[in-house]
Amino acid sequence: MKIFVPNDSAARSIGADAIAVAITAEAAKRGVAIELVRNGTRGALWLETLVEVEVGGERIAYGPTTADDVASLFDAKFYEGGSHPLSLGATEKIEWFAKQDRVTFSRVGVNSPLDLEGYISLGGYAGLKKALSLSADAVVQEVLDSGLRGRGGAGFPAGIKWKTVLGAQADQKYVCCNADEGDSGTFADRILMEADPFTLIEGMTIAGTAVGATIGYIYIRSEYPDAIAAMQGAITVATCAGYLGKNICGSGNDFDLHVRVGAGSYVCGEETAMLESIEGKRGVIRSKPPLPALAGLFGKPTIINNVLTLASVPAILADGAAAYAARGVGRSLGTQIFQLAGNIKRGGIVETGFGITLDALINGFGGGTFTGKPLRAIQIGGPLGAYFGVEKLDVSMDYESLIAAGGMLGHGGVVLFDESVNLAEQAKFAMEFCSIESCGKCTPCRIGSTRGVETIVKIMSSRDAAEIAEQKSLLLDLCEVMRDGSLCAMGGLTPLPVKSALENFPSDFEGAAK
Amino acid sequence: MTYPVWDSQVAESILASLASDPGPVLISLQALQEHFGYVHSEAVALIASTFNVSRADVHGVLTFYHELRTTPAPEHQVHICAAEACQAMGARSLQSEVEGAVSAEVSKVYCLGNCALAPAAVVDGKLIGRATLAKIVEELK
Ligand SMILES: Cc1cc2nc3c(=O)[nH]c(=O)nc-3n(C[C@H](O)[C@H](O)[C@H](O)COP(=O)(O)O)c2cc1C
Ligand code: SF4
Ligand code: FES
Repeated sequence: MKIFVPNDSAARSIGADAIAVAITAEAAKRGVAIELVRNGTRGALWLETLVEVEVGGERIAYGPTTADDVASLFDAKFYEGGSHPLSLGATEKIEWFAKQDRVTFSRVGVNSPLDLEGYISLGGYAGLKKALSLSADAVVQEVLDSGLRGRGGAGFPAGIKWKTVLGAQADQKYVCCNADEGDSGTFADRILMEADPFTLIEGMTIAGTAVGATIGYIYIRSEYPDAIAAMQGAITVATCAGYLGKNICGSGNDFDLHVRVGAGSYVCGEETAMLESIEGKRGVIRSKPPLPALAGLFGKPTIINNVLTLASVPAILADGAAAYAARGVGRSLGTQIFQLAGNIKRGGIVETGFGITLDALINGFGGGTFTGKPLRAIQIGGPLGAYFGVEKLDVSMDYESLIAAGGMLGHGGVVLFDESVNLAEQAKFAMEFCSIESCGKCTPCRIGSTRGVETIVKIMSSRDAAEIAEQKSLLLDLCEVMRDGSLCAMGGLTPLPVKSALENFPSDFEGAAK
Repeated sequence: MTYPVWDSQVAESILASLASDPGPVLISLQALQEHFGYVHSEAVALIASTFNVSRADVHGVLTFYHELRTTPAPEHQVHICAAEACQAMGARSLQSEVEGAVSAEVSKVYCLGNCALAPAAVVDGKLIGRATLAKIVEELK
């Protein structure tokens, strides 16, 4: 019988390996024949370690388990689906999963990440097959029609970018996957790469064959050693099976994939800094134009997309643009892979159509705060995203509504803070982070952020109302200069968390206690 | 973790294996750090001459990236996530608790991608979720 224990780095960070060892030992001791599969996580990190067994073709779940539960799980004959205090029933029917709409993440966590046969049995490579049967224009049109927008932060329509690269004439084109995932509160890129690496490879291969790019790079942050290993392993497997390399699937197209590793720099997630970094240089932002789509990596036309953008492409090709575009709202079509993080009871991956309310996301799926104390602030979209108070819980989670509410979606990370948070402290951190991570090219970002920290410190420590008012107005001026005088969103959007904290939580900016 | 001492011949052979790469400077520095635990002062000139780039260029790359280090790696390294999701779960106090309580180099990192199991830390390369001082001390044993 098959027993599944995730080998995701998050599950392992709270003891999944010890459970795998204990299950193997206990099975041997009791003479129970088992086959242990290390699958990826299914993204319910609050249930980790989620142990599953396959009984009569159905997966039955137990969680959250620790190594100490293993003996009692065996006593309960969990390997036959026996009942136990940690029983969760059939995995697919757990409400938290059943209420999601998994498209991009449909295969995540089901099989062992490098099991290519398992991947294909779940519909893997159907998208590439379809793409290879279509003309390049038709593939790009499909991506355009799906409404897919960039999931890395800026939300630019993927199809338009692809069309530009397709139309560019060059002896070499590239596809670069942005897997720098620097935003706090985000981990979907990591989970996809660790748990279902072939989906990303397939998406990149479709992109490459569509626009005539024969070389791809995946730029993965160094903080993700397991994702790096999974991608490298999957590239080897796919290459041996003819899905990468020369003449893929007999189509006459070549596509080679390389992994590049970051070196601890947030700003290298900005696409042009990433290109500099892949070229081996300092991660300094390039001025645009030229667009990377026309003159990108090594000066050649380059598709740059986030992991989640590229990983959504196989399903779009396999099931058709219309099925994808039928999900979501307004100009935010398809599904978004939300990541619930921070002080949250049920954290993890929630994939669902755009348009779910923030409340349904963090209280419905998330179950409120981890500490059980009142929720006070929510930061959406990473370190450059706004801080909302609970009065914004009705906001619809889509690109336009979030902008209208004074925030942004970013990479889809949602971080909860309970009542112990001090928003002046958070605003100070936003400025500090900008000063640490600035690439140094523009003065408002490089110097302004340091001035920002000093100004907020003055506000926090002052007991003089006039001084506080003066420093606040200085801070607002500074935010304006940074917003208008920065070349990229690092300096340009740092004012967003700062100003939203100031506007939504004014009581935290009233100086030191009298 | 212990690393071999700097040896310029070994370094040269590491660099030789990267010769065909179109953008070799950063990956050279990373490969040397992976092997020796840090980037030795002789590495800059070595990379510059191997790949026919200026020393200033190599130095520029070396100083840009937070992760590249020019001093030998200590035996034990603890990285504590200091980013927002971990702040929401007490990362600030964890940081101050751990500093001084362990005989390891303690430094900050910004997000380890384990934000649903915050606070997060890395002890000698191993990721810890729901990190506490006790868990970190245990891992250092
Ligand atoms: C400071 C900064 C950091 C960024 N970090 C990332 C990142 O880690 N991952 C990512 O995909 N995009 C990141 N972006 C956005 C990229 O510049 C770019 O818009 C994106 O990779 C394009 O892919 P997409 O259209 O598929 O979203 C960042 C932007 C800025 C300004
Ligand atoms: S805004 Fe900051 S990070 Fe962006 S280019 Fe200017 S200095 Fe560099
Ligand atoms: S914010 Fe700490 S792991 Fe992401």
